[in-house]
Formats: sequence, C-alpha cells, structure tokens
Amino acid sequence: MNSEVIALGLNFLLALLLLGLAGFALLTRHNLAAVISFMVFGLLLTLAWARLNGLDVALTEAAIGGGLTGFLLLTAAIRLRPTEETMQQHMPKASTRALAALLATTVSALLAISVLALPSPAPTLAPQVMQHLPATQVGNPITGVLLAFRAMDTLLEALVLLLALLGVWSLAADTAWGGRPGIFPQQDANGILAYAARLLPPVGIIIGGYIFWIGADHPGGKFQGATILAAMWLLVVISGLRDTPPISSRSLRGWMVLGPLIFIAVGALGSLFAGHFLAYPQGYAKLMIVAVELALLPSLTLILGLLLLGAPKRPVKS
Amino acid sequence: MNTATLFGLCASLLIGLGLYGLLIHPHPLRKILALNVIGSGIFLLFGAIAYRGAAAGLGLSVGADPVPQALLITGIVVAFAASALAVALLLRLFEVSGNVSLQAEESADQASDPGSDPVNNPGAGEERR
Repeated sequence: MNSEVIALGLNFLLALLLLGLAGFALLTRHNLAAVISFMVFGLLLTLAWARLNGLDVALTEAAIGGGLTGFLLLTAAIRLRPTEETMQQHMPKASTRALAALLATTVSALLAISVLALPSPAPTLAPQVMQHLPATQVGNPITGVLLAFRAMDTLLEALVLLLALLGVWSLAADTAWGGRPGIFPQQDANGILAYAARLLPPVGIIIGGYIFWIGADHPGGKFQGATILAAMWLLVVISGLRDTPPISSRSLRGWMVLGPLIFIAVGALGSLFAGHFLAYPQGYAKLMIVAVELALLPSLTLILGLLLLGAPKRPVKS
Repeated sequence: MNTATLFGLCASLLIGLGLYGLLIHPHPLRKILALNVIGSGIFLLFGAIAYRGAAAGLGLSVGADPVPQALLITGIVVAFAASALAVALLLRLFEVSGNVSLQAEESADQASDPGSDPVNNPGAGEERR
C-alpha cells in the first residue's frame, strides 16, 4: 500500500515535469533553450516509458526520440541562429494566439475525456501474441511482433528511412552532389573531443552490439543498437578523426540497401516455401529473423547517421 | 488514479501544448519541435493504452500489450525520419534564401530584389554561418 502511494507520487511528479519541460520548450522565445528543454523532455519521457513497462520503447525513445532528434534540432538551431530575431517579429496577434489556445484546449479536453472513458477491460492482443510466440522461436514478444507478426511494417519502416535519406540527399546543391556530407572540422588531434572519439567507440560498439543481440529475448533490438553504433560513428566524424564517405560511393550505397534487400529476399523465400510473402518456413523462423536483423544493422546504422549529417554541402572538386 | 490514466491525461495535455506551439510559432524549427511534442504525446497515449492491455492480458509475463509497443517503435523511428527530412528542407531554404520565413508575400519581395536572387547566389545563407 505504502509503496503504491510512493509510486503514484513519482508518476505524478514525472508527469508534471514532462508537462513543464514541454511547456517551456514550446513557449520560450529562444530556439536553443527550447531545443535543450526538448532533449531533457525526451530523456524524462524515457522514464515514463519505463513506468509504463515499455522497456523496448524506452530504449528507442532514449536513443532516437531524445538523442537523435535532439541532436538534429540542436545543430539546426545553431545554424539558424541568424534568423531568430527577424522571425520573432512575425509572432501572431493576441487574438490569433487566443484562438490557437482555445483550439488546443478543446483538443486536450476531448482527448482527456476519451482517456477517462476507455473501455474496461481493455482490448488486448497480448494473449494471442504470447500464444503464437513459441512458433517464432524468439523470447521477446516485441521482437516477435516486429519481425514475424507484423514484419511488413518493419520492412516498410526500413524503406521509409531509405526514402527519407534520398529526400535529404536530393536537397544537395548541384556543385555538392556526390560529395561528402557533414562539415569535416580540422580539429586539435589532442583535444578532448578527439580523445573521447578514440576512447568511447570501442565501448559503444560493444554496448550497441549487445543491445542488438539480446533483442531476441530481452528488451533491445536492431534500431536501438544501430542508433548507438551511429552515435559512435558520428562522434568520430564530428571530432575530425575520420571523414564521411562521399555519397556517390558504391560501397556506401550497397551497405545502405543491403538490409532492405535481404529483408525482401527473405520475404520472397517465404512466398516460395511457406505460402505467403514474409512468412517463415516452419522451424527456420529464428534463423530468418536473425539474418534479417543482422543485415538491417549496418544499413540502419549508416542511414540514421547520414540522416543526421544532412545533405552534402562541400563543393566537389572535379 | 492509476498509472495508465495519469499518463494518458499527461499525453492529452502534451498534444494540446504541442498543437498550440505549432500554431503560434512563426519559426519553422519551432514548428518541427512542436510536431515532435505532439508526436510524443500521441505515442505516450498509445503507450498508456498498451499498458492497460497488459492488465487485461497475461499480467506479469508481459508488462504491456506488445503489438502497440512494436507499432510505437516503428512510429518513433518514422517520426525521426520525417523530422530529419523537414530539418534538411529548412536548412536548404535558409541556404538559398538567407531567411526561413514561411510567409508568401515576403518571398515575393525577395524574388523582386535582384541582389538576392536565390538561383544565382546559392551561397547567400552559407556566409552567415
């Protein structure tokens, strides 16, 4: 009883902090402060996911929602600093703001009413998943859903990432097309960033590989693992130790499409031997899942990292 | 009030806050951030529903309904991809035009000014870095 009260108090505090941070991120005048507040919000949201027993989602949120999105917005806020003052003059009139507040309050109120009116007992697919999970030979039900029951979602997700990267690259100026993305800083080889970029990647690679590998039976998986590996790669790039490959590189492109291609090939094998696209032949499910995950890992690592680095900007010398 | 209801209500407020930010901020970067807050709110709402699903399901062997959780992981990754594309578009707009205003009449002013022709002067924003 007592521990329940403490748990409820902690949840309440967490919800208040989340709302406060989100409110600050949305209402402050300064872009940089807003982005930093959003990053802290992302980290605290990870705790909320842990409270909701979603450890897999918590890991994804920490890695991608908080980490990668935060880094993306932070670099953009720094680049766009010169625009901040002029844009503040375009703040809408008080009447417009009041209308927006009214609309937002209405949406929140309707959602809150729906939350309070959710059906009980809650509809759930958990029993069906647990019943059929042994057929997939993986122990983590979420991995089972991602790579067996709803494998099509995961395949399309990998393709969406690839398409987003193509979209980002297509924004390169003609002179920079085919060049190396990111700015390659000439930095002090003995600086603290270069030191961290030498020290951390071996540890990060092991942690990333571990989180990837235990994803079969415990919280973790390819997206979370790939994000950590991508972060290690980015650390090496932004510290100026090793430049990015040019986007015209055939081996880079090959690694990027390797994961989706293997996934599609496995799906095609399914339609030949098990009757459906992406169905796994009896007894080979685990093998197929591991093959797909293993092929997706390097592709996702590269795509996530390259999405953060953006379109190439340095002119290509011909 | 149980955990699912508490975070469900928190998520409803987050969505409202994000919507307000999306509507009032003139800076596109803040709009992208606000969209991410809305996204986080929607994910959290879905997560609260997944948590309720566990109570009706098997209790402790799964902490929450795995189907919504798997969809959430997909959703978070896709939201990141969309944000990355939006930020890349924004940075490119800044590079070619030197500002990030989304208002139509301003871009018309820009085009009539021969000094800042975005086509012939692609590095206009680059120098401001």
